Amino acid sequence: MSSDKHRIETLSSLPEFLFDPALKAPELEINNFPDIAWRDVLKMMLRIRRIEELLGERAAKGIIKTPVHLYIGQEAVATGLALNLKNTDFAFGNHRSHGHYLAMGGDEYALLCEILGKEEGCSHGMGGSMHITAADKGFIGALPIVAGTIPIAVGAALHAKRNSNDSVAVVFFGDGAVEEGVFHESMNFAAVHSLPVLFMCENNLFSSHMHLSQRQPFMDISRFAIAHGIDYATIDGNNVTEVYRSSRELLQIARIQRKPVLLEAITYRWRAHVGPDEDIEIGYGRRYDLPNWKKRDPIKRLVDALLKSGLITDDWLVKEDQSISEELRTLQDRAEEAAYPAKGQLFNKVYADK
Amino acid sequence: MSVSTMKYVDAIQNGFDYLLVTYPELLILGQGLWSPFYVGRSLHGLDQKYGRERVIDTPISENAATGVALGAAIAGSKAVIIHPRMDFMILAVDQIVNEAAKWRYMLASNEDIPLTIRGIINRGGEQGAQHSQALHSWFAHIPGLRVVMPATPSDARNLLIQSVECPDPVIYIDDRWCYEFDEEVDLSRQPGPLSSEKPHTVRSGNDITLVGIGFSTLLCLDVAEHLSVDNISCEVIDLRVLNPLNIAPIVTSVNKTRRLVVVDGGWKNAGMAAEIIASVAESFKGSWNSPPLRITLPDTPAPSSSVLESIYYPSISDISLQIMKLMGTSH
Repeated sequence: MSSDKHRIETLSSLPEFLFDPALKAPELEINNFPDIAWRDVLKMMLRIRRIEELLGERAAKGIIKTPVHLYIGQEAVATGLALNLKNTDFAFGNHRSHGHYLAMGGDEYALLCEILGKEEGCSHGMGGSMHITAADKGFIGALPIVAGTIPIAVGAALHAKRNSNDSVAVVFFGDGAVEEGVFHESMNFAAVHSLPVLFMCENNLFSSHMHLSQRQPFMDISRFAIAHGIDYATIDGNNVTEVYRSSRELLQIARIQRKPVLLEAITYRWRAHVGPDEDIEIGYGRRYDLPNWKKRDPIKRLVDALLKSGLITDDWLVKEDQSISEELRTLQDRAEEAAYPAKGQLFNKVYADK
Repeated sequence: MSVSTMKYVDAIQNGFDYLLVTYPELLILGQGLWSPFYVGRSLHGLDQKYGRERVIDTPISENAATGVALGAAIAGSKAVIIHPRMDFMILAVDQIVNEAAKWRYMLASNEDIPLTIRGIINRGGEQGAQHSQALHSWFAHIPGLRVVMPATPSDARNLLIQSVECPDPVIYIDDRWCYEFDEEVDLSRQPGPLSSEKPHTVRSGNDITLVGIGFSTLLCLDVAEHLSVDNISCEVIDLRVLNPLNIAPIVTSVNKTRRLVVVDGGWKNAGMAAEIIASVAESFKGSWNSPPLRITLPDTPAPSSSVLESIYYPSISDISLQIMKLMGTSH
């Protein structure tokens, strides 16, 4: 077992538990934030989890053909951050963005339709799983070229700085994206022009099958924020209260001081890079780590905190979970019956119709 | 009517000045915009006149700076990103081809993407292989990009204005070898939408159709003048818009002349000259008086030595000789 365990080295001094799921992580502190409706937060995280499970199930059956990159295990990041975003902000995603879209209020049925390539999809069936948008909610778009949306978010921040008092841009990316040069170009640009953008790094320790320790000399992505003089935090990404607290602080800096910030949330994706499998045999160290990371389940931890504080009961949870699952299955069935785009749509929107 | 004799480079500057006044939401980004050297005189003093918050000299990050311009355009600004040399613009191809060109299509978006990507062709003078390239054919290959190449001062100004006003991403390519040519430019003219622009017949003739693209249009005009002495009547068409390609005006001309020569400052293989000839051939119903001909760069990188440069770039006499040969063999 020990030969399967990889080295954990960070450039900054960080709590050891962040990267080692065998160690105990602190409990959630929901009582510190009484103004937040934590039950609704739990419902959102559950909805994301159940949608992703459902998509995995339908993908395994071959009903869903578009590649699906599932967000299971990372739900606390998008959900905690979205509590601090407004629909006048400019958020951008990546290839693994169902959770971002949903947490920001994107329509569930439109997502399910999109993943099936249906006309009623959020991108009218032109995007599939990897090209999704809920622009009216501030989720401008997710696109799958790794790091491709990072400079675009910086550009949105340039627009926001000139045209609004407090709008910010946000871009979700993973630990793999920082291996692209454009990430560093973008950080530098945002820093030198002092642009209000949150670089939201979900460090899930993997780029496809490659563990972070096989790709970079250090585990902490926030070291690049230090290099660019950007305010940052590295946090337990499976702790939704921590994501909420840190992102609120950092976004406050971006909104008021009009400058870039970086949040690094350490998390773990439970499923394969793409598709429903768990990749136990493929991903480096997953046989050892995945069971421990499942114990650090962001949903379970919020459930435990809510049960402890008396905000929910076991009974409530069972009923809520069941009704979410039923609702989603109904939506998915309806989406599977929905119409495909007309063939003429192939030629639409290559150029504006003007 | 406000008409002014203007050099090509000054017409670009005039276009930018007009745009910055007319559109307060316009941002111009690029390397060297605060320097007198990088972009010639095409933005001279505009950073001082309109502020360095709007005319932004960027770090040496072609890809990020292009993405920043795209993001600003998606968020609601109008944006121009300038690459003072097309060779370096290659570093931004991800943002241009993967992101800008397809953004609307991938997301079925109804939003405008008013992004202009200006690439400058800057070659000759022993600058060598990485400071010489004309890569318009690459970009013309990409659905979702509009690609324009002005040959004249009027177009340098008006196509720039139309590009910035266009709701689609546009690649606007100007050529330093055009900068000193002047003509009368009608500054009162409000150009229409870019989508309505098409190739222009810039000289009428009956014996042969010459198509030029950007600077090579000027070569074609000189060649036509040169050949008129030998009683060869050339019709010269300035392509202007490379993508989407409107081939109809060229087909109309070839229906008359039944001869076609395309002169292009890019390479031959899989290039714009080949595309024009293929597109005409698909529509042309008559019989050719002579086989269509491409006159392009040889398929080698640009050399540095001026001795080699002199044979690398097609000259007026080279082109004239090739056309005379073509006419001779067909008679």
